[in-house]
Amino acid sequence: MTTLLYLIPVALFLGALGVSGFVWALRSGQYEDLDGAAERILIDRDDKPER
Amino acid sequence: MSCCAPGAEMALDLGSTTSVLPSSQEIRLASRSLGDDLRQTDLSVPSVHCAACIQTIETALGTLDRVESARVNLSTKRVSVRWRGDEVPPFVAALGRLGYQAHLFAPEIDEKDRTLSELIRAVAVAGFAAGNIMLLSVSVWSGAEGATRDLFHWVSALIAIPALAFAGGIFFRSAWNALRHGRMNMDVPIAVGVSLAYAMSLYETINHGDHAYFDASVSLLFFLLIGRTLDHVMRERARTAVKGLSQLAARGAMVLRGDGARDYLPVGEIEPGMQLLIAAGERIPVDGKIIHGASDLDCSLASGESAPKNVAPGEAVQAGVLNLTGPLTIEATAAAKDSFLAEMVRLMEAAEGGRAHYRRIADRVSALYAPVVHLTAFVTFLGWMAATGDWHRAMTIAIAVLIITCPCALGLAVPIVQVVAARRLFENGIMVKDGSAMERLATIDNAVFDKTGTLTLGQPRLLNASSIDPAMLAIAADMAAHSRHPFSKAITGFAAPGGQHKFDAVTEHPGFGIEATVAGSIWRLGRRGWAGWKARTGGEGNHGYGGTVLTKDGFIVATFDFEDALRADAAAAIKRLNDTGVSMQMLSGDTAGACGEVARMLGVEDFVPCLLPSGKVERIETLAKDGHKVLMVGDGLNDTPALSAAHVSIAPATAADIGRNAADFVFLRESLLAVPLALDVSRKAGHLIRQNIAIAIVYNAVAVPIAILGHATPLLAAIAMSASSVLVIGNALRLHGFGANATLQVIQKVGRSAVSYSA
Repeated sequence: MTTLLYLIPVALFLGALGVSGFVWALRSGQYEDLDGAAERILIDRDDKPER
Repeated sequence: MSCCAPGAEMALDLGSTTSVLPSSQEIRLASRSLGDDLRQTDLSVPSVHCAACIQTIETALGTLDRVESARVNLSTKRVSVRWRGDEVPPFVAALGRLGYQAHLFAPEIDEKDRTLSELIRAVAVAGFAAGNIMLLSVSVWSGAEGATRDLFHWVSALIAIPALAFAGGIFFRSAWNALRHGRMNMDVPIAVGVSLAYAMSLYETINHGDHAYFDASVSLLFFLLIGRTLDHVMRERARTAVKGLSQLAARGAMVLRGDGARDYLPVGEIEPGMQLLIAAGERIPVDGKIIHGASDLDCSLASGESAPKNVAPGEAVQAGVLNLTGPLTIEATAAAKDSFLAEMVRLMEAAEGGRAHYRRIADRVSALYAPVVHLTAFVTFLGWMAATGDWHRAMTIAIAVLIITCPCALGLAVPIVQVVAARRLFENGIMVKDGSAMERLATIDNAVFDKTGTLTLGQPRLLNASSIDPAMLAIAADMAAHSRHPFSKAITGFAAPGGQHKFDAVTEHPGFGIEATVAGSIWRLGRRGWAGWKARTGGEGNHGYGGTVLTKDGFIVATFDFEDALRADAAAAIKRLNDTGVSMQMLSGDTAGACGEVARMLGVEDFVPCLLPSGKVERIETLAKDGHKVLMVGDGLNDTPALSAAHVSIAPATAADIGRNAADFVFLRESLLAVPLALDVSRKAGHLIRQNIAIAIVYNAVAVPIAILGHATPLLAAIAMSASSVLVIGNALRLHGFGANATLQVIQKVGRSAVSYSA
């Protein structure tokens, strides 16, 4: 019973972390071009960072 | 990557007749400032479709002067270019050299889809809450008791609060909105059920009760939000794709001031009386009268007339018409809001009123469903009160009834079928604007086709290429390459590879043809009367004014016959429509002769020629009054009001901008078999939707009595709800199976029959 008292908050916290990560990704436009993201993996960029 | 030839996959042969590079002033007008001297221009590039395209475009544009960055968005087929400085970098021309047609699109379209991100966030929150509460509930179901069970219930109650407030808000708002206007929609029972279930569960938790419905109310939201999101994604995706195809409508024009100054003004600021300079290849922005210059106009979008029209000073021109061969000075006779184009928009809006009355099948079902559900729950409550007098027990059971009947299957069933169907159509090059379009298409019994650009391609083709001396044909093709005239384009395709002739001078005489000088000889390609020997003596009437010829020093060396080709598979498509019991008519603005010929070739018995745009609307309204559901297939500006007036409409991707926006379906490939295919898939989707609704009803018929009798524990409710959702999703996916035999066999362009031009 006592273990539940901290395990449940821990589980909820981790879950909330996941949700907020997802919401962050959504806000920063990571899902705006899903088709493009799928194709871009095929492009060789010579390991140069994008401008 | 061979797939990367633009248009190879989607056959987006858009604008090959009307494509014109936007001028740099126009690009400036359409770009938006990001501050700090940085500007962004968004271009629509319909032919981007793979990784190699992305790379080619981004690298090529990135190396241009003054271009800060270029980014391709593959989902929306757009390229956004950020640039600095006063002068616009030549990125449109650069794209053109790479083989990608680029069009500007109106900045107001470029809004982020807020609703979608709100829905996705709601799904994420509801999913998180539902998952956690379900875990806790499983513990309770498997035997947690006493203080542990209360703790779990309390934690569930806490998790459910943000989920209801945030994710539930979408339903609460919509339900409230419907109730306030005295309507009923699917969201009302959802909102009532969810909030009552939460209140009841909270009461139970406070009083150390055995059962709580937190899991049911939150997972219900979760499932419903999935359906809602899918529905939204489908509609938006097709809509942005349709918008992305937008061709350039005239956004502004060069205005000639009284003092000789020239200004580029946006269309909205052009007033009657202003003098406008229209270069060859530009669209005429407002209605006007020609003051100087002669040219050929492509009026096909405005009147449906397929051959270019020859104009001279004094003649009136309509907005939206493309100036093909010579520069013109026109005097504006109407402001943009009063011109022909605006008139079409008004006709279209007036016609659209009729269609707004269509209610989606889900709404119609829910209007019946919601009162029945509430009544059942209420009667159950009264019944248990009367039988036991225990209001708490009666309330619990009534809520169980509400939850178990909540239209999970309905909320999910309709959108998922439509998403799967839209996907099927998309794979075959057909885009659907929204789910109700498929519902409407499934019910049609009459199809009305436009002629030019719909049954035919609206582009002339050279008919007698094989009987012309190849050397002469090559010379003609090289000369034709200097012109934008549709006939020239038809000839250009026959240029001998590598055989570029050296002309000393090439001039285009608007309305007549092209003249070139080679080693002292004068070659002319154009009207017989102008190019042939008679021209030198001044008379041109008797010796066949019409017809296109190639002459050398006045002697005719080759004659050209043109045809407007029928759209691929037109006859097959019409036969298939007839086989499925749809009767068919052809309406056209063209002459009776031209219509008759097409009708004869396609085996269409019923056609009406020489119709004005309003005439087409009247025909459709007459059919509708007789109780027919009419499908309109058309492409031109002149078809737009009819597209809106019909029960449902389909336009080819080559259609006018406004026509595509008015149509419910847009097909990208040349084959007209897209029409029967869309009908077929829509009918099957309608079939599956009705099946799914039947499943929902059967499910209720089984589950509701159990709930009414008081045997529905939260565990049972959760199982029943999930099972019904999975069942309808599985049923919807069967559409893929159907697809196998519905797939379009795009017949290659063989055996294409043709209509001769009378021009």
